[in-house]
Amino acid sequence: MLALKAENISKQYRLGQVGTGTLSHDLNRFWYKVRGKEDPYLKIGETNDRTTKGTSEYVWSLRDIDFEIEQGDAVGIIGRNGAGKSTLLKLLSKVTKPTTGKIYTNGRVASLLEVGTGFHPEMTGRENVFLNGAILGMTRKEIKRKFDEIVDFSGVERYIDTPVKRYSSGMYVRLAFAVAAHLESEILIVDEVLAVGDAEFQKKCLGKMGDVTKGEGRTILFVSHNMTAVKELCNKGILLNQGTLGYEGSMLDTIIEYQKSSATASSYHYNGNINEALGNEKIKVKEFSVTPITGGLIDIDTGVHVKLTFENYLPNINLDTTFELKNYEELVIFHVGKLVTKDNDSKVGEYTVEFDIPSGLLNAGNYYFKLIFGKNQTDPLFIKDNFVGFEVENVKVGSKLHLYPGVTRPHFDYKIQTP
Amino acid sequence: MNEPQQKWTETIEDSHSLFDLKLKEVWRYKDLIYMFVKRDFISSFKQTILGPIWFFINPIFTTITYLIVFGRIANLPTDDAPPILFYLAGVTLWNYFSTSLLGTSSTFVGNASIFGKVYFPRLVTPLSIVLSNLMRFGVQFLLFIIAWGYYLAKGQVHPNIWILATPFLIILMALFALGVGMIFSALTTKYKDLSMLLGFGISLYMYATPVIYPTSALRGVFKDLAFYNPLTGIFECFKYAWLGVGDFSPLMLVISTFIILILLAIGTVIFNKIEKTFMDTV
Repeated sequence: MLALKAENISKQYRLGQVGTGTLSHDLNRFWYKVRGKEDPYLKIGETNDRTTKGTSEYVWSLRDIDFEIEQGDAVGIIGRNGAGKSTLLKLLSKVTKPTTGKIYTNGRVASLLEVGTGFHPEMTGRENVFLNGAILGMTRKEIKRKFDEIVDFSGVERYIDTPVKRYSSGMYVRLAFAVAAHLESEILIVDEVLAVGDAEFQKKCLGKMGDVTKGEGRTILFVSHNMTAVKELCNKGILLNQGTLGYEGSMLDTIIEYQKSSATASSYHYNGNINEALGNEKIKVKEFSVTPITGGLIDIDTGVHVKLTFENYLPNINLDTTFELKNYEELVIFHVGKLVTKDNDSKVGEYTVEFDIPSGLLNAGNYYFKLIFGKNQTDPLFIKDNFVGFEVENVKVGSKLHLYPGVTRPHFDYKIQTP
Repeated sequence: MNEPQQKWTETIEDSHSLFDLKLKEVWRYKDLIYMFVKRDFISSFKQTILGPIWFFINPIFTTITYLIVFGRIANLPTDDAPPILFYLAGVTLWNYFSTSLLGTSSTFVGNASIFGKVYFPRLVTPLSIVLSNLMRFGVQFLLFIIAWGYYLAKGQVHPNIWILATPFLIILMALFALGVGMIFSALTTKYKDLSMLLGFGISLYMYATPVIYPTSALRGVFKDLAFYNPLTGIFECFKYAWLGVGDFSPLMLVISTFIILILLAIGTVIFNKIEKTFMDTV
C-alpha cells in the first residue's frame, strides 16, 4: 500500500527581483492563455546550479520527479544545498503547489518544516501549545487530551504559564518540538528541525521519531544533512541532485551514492584547461581528492586517503606543501607540512603528493582542508582555505550508534591486568 | 500478490477550481480561528495597564475630535441628530470596516513566515481577523448603546424597526471588508504598490462614505455617486434605524448587498488562485 506518490512533479522559480517586468510577464502569460497556448515561460528555464551564472530568469528547482513511498517507510531525503530538498518538502506539505505534476497522498499529512511555527512571544507556554497545535492541524480536544503528555515530553512544566518570550531558546524549542512530536498523522514530513536544542534533547527527538515509524507504523519523510541521523532513522533514501532524482533505494546505498555524486565537494579536478585551474602563476592545482582507504564510504574505521596533484612553475626552489585540517567548529585538527623538494632542485612540471589519515584518528563529523604551498617553508606561494570538505560517518559500537564526544576516535592497544 | 486496493485521500496539483472555498476544511480548522482570535486579543493588551479599556478610549477621543473639527469648526450638519451620537455611530462602524479591511488585506504578506512553513486553509486568517475585529466592534458598540440610551431617555433620538437589521448590516460590512481585503491581500503578494495605495485609500474612502456627514448634505453628482458606494446604504440604514435621521431607502441596501456579493466573488476567485503559489512571489 502506498502512502504517497509523486508523479512528474516540477517546480519553477523566477530569479532575481520580482517586481520589474512582473506585470509584463503576467500580461504576456495571460495573452498566451487567451489564445489557448502553453505558458511561454514554462519552456524556458534551466537546471538549478547556483554556482554558475545562468542566462535565464527562470530556473527549475525541481524537474520531473517521480517516486513512490510505501506505507510505514521512513524515507531520508538527502542532497547538496540547493538540490531541491526544501522545495520538495514544501510541495509535499502544500505550502506551495507544483508547477506541473501531481502528488497523491493517502492519509493525514503533517509537516514540520520548522518547530514552533506561529508561536507568539506574548502568550504563555500553555496558550502556545494550543495555538501551535491548532496551526499544525490538531483540534482543541486532541490537544487537551495530549496536553499533559506534551508538557511532560518538553520538560518545561514549571514555565508552562509564563509567556514564551521569557523562555531560553532551548526551552522554546523543547516545547515546540513536543507539540509537533504528538501530532497524529499517517504521514509526517520533517525538515532539518533537529539541528536545534541540546544533545540530550536531540537524542530524545530522534528516539521519538524512531518510535513514530517503527512502533506506530507511520510514514515519515525526513530531510537532513546529518547522515548519522538519517542512517539511523530511515530505511529508504531519495537523493536529489540539482533538482532531479539522483538515486532512490536503501538509505545506505543512497548515502554512498550521495558521497560519490558530491564528488565536487569531496574532491577537486581541474577541467583539463590548465589556465582555468585553481592557483596562480606559480602553482596550479590539478587535482585534490579525499577517498576512503577501504570501502565506499568514509567512516571512522576506513581511514582517509588524500591525493594532491599540482603543476609547479618555479624551478630550483625548495617547494613545500602544507595540509591543514579543520572541523566544522574551525578547530584545527592537524597542520602537517612536507618538503616536496629539498636541495633547491624543484622542476617545472606535475607533482603528486599522497598520504593516508589512519583509521580511528578522526571522529565522525565534517572536515575541510586548508592547503598551503610554500617556498623554503617561509614564503607562501599559494593558499586555498575551505577547500575540499568531507564527512566521516559514525560507526556502530556493538549494536548502538552513538556519537562519542572528542575530536579523535583512536583505537588503543589496551593492556589490562585483572586481579 | 493480493494487495489491497490503492486509494488516495488527496491530490496536490496545479489546477484549482475557481469558487471552491474549501469551507468544509475551514470548518475543521475552526479551533485555529478561535486560537487566532484569542492571540490577537491577548497580544493587543499584554503589558498594558488599561487593557481592553483601550477599546473605549479610541472611539471616545475620535468622536471628540470629529465633534470639534467637523461639528464646530467645519459646521457640517448631522441631520438634527445629537452630534456626539452621530459621530459615535459613524466612528464605531467605520472602525470596524477599516480595521477589518486593513487586517485582511495583509493576510499573505503579514503571515508569510507561517504560511511558508505549514499548510492550513488560508481563508482561516482573514476570517479570524474579521472575527477578532468583530469582538472589538462589540465592545465599542456597547459604548454606543450606553450613549444612545442616554439620549433615548432624553427623547432626542427616534429609533425604529430597522434596528433589527443591525446584525445584517454588520455581516454585510464584514463581507465587504473580507471581499476587498482578499482582493488586495492576493494582489499585494506580487504588487506591493497596492499596499501603499490601500493605506491612504482607506483614509480617503472615509470621506467618500457618510461617516462624518449625512448623505442629505450631498448635492448633484456626489449624491449619485454615493448611491453606488456599498457603505452608504449600510451607514445610512444604521443611522436611520438607531437615530431616526437620514435619507435611507431599502433600495440602497439592495445595491450595497449586490455590489458586496460581486466583490466577494471576485475576492474568492483571486484569493483561491494566489493562495497556492503566493510563497513564490511574496
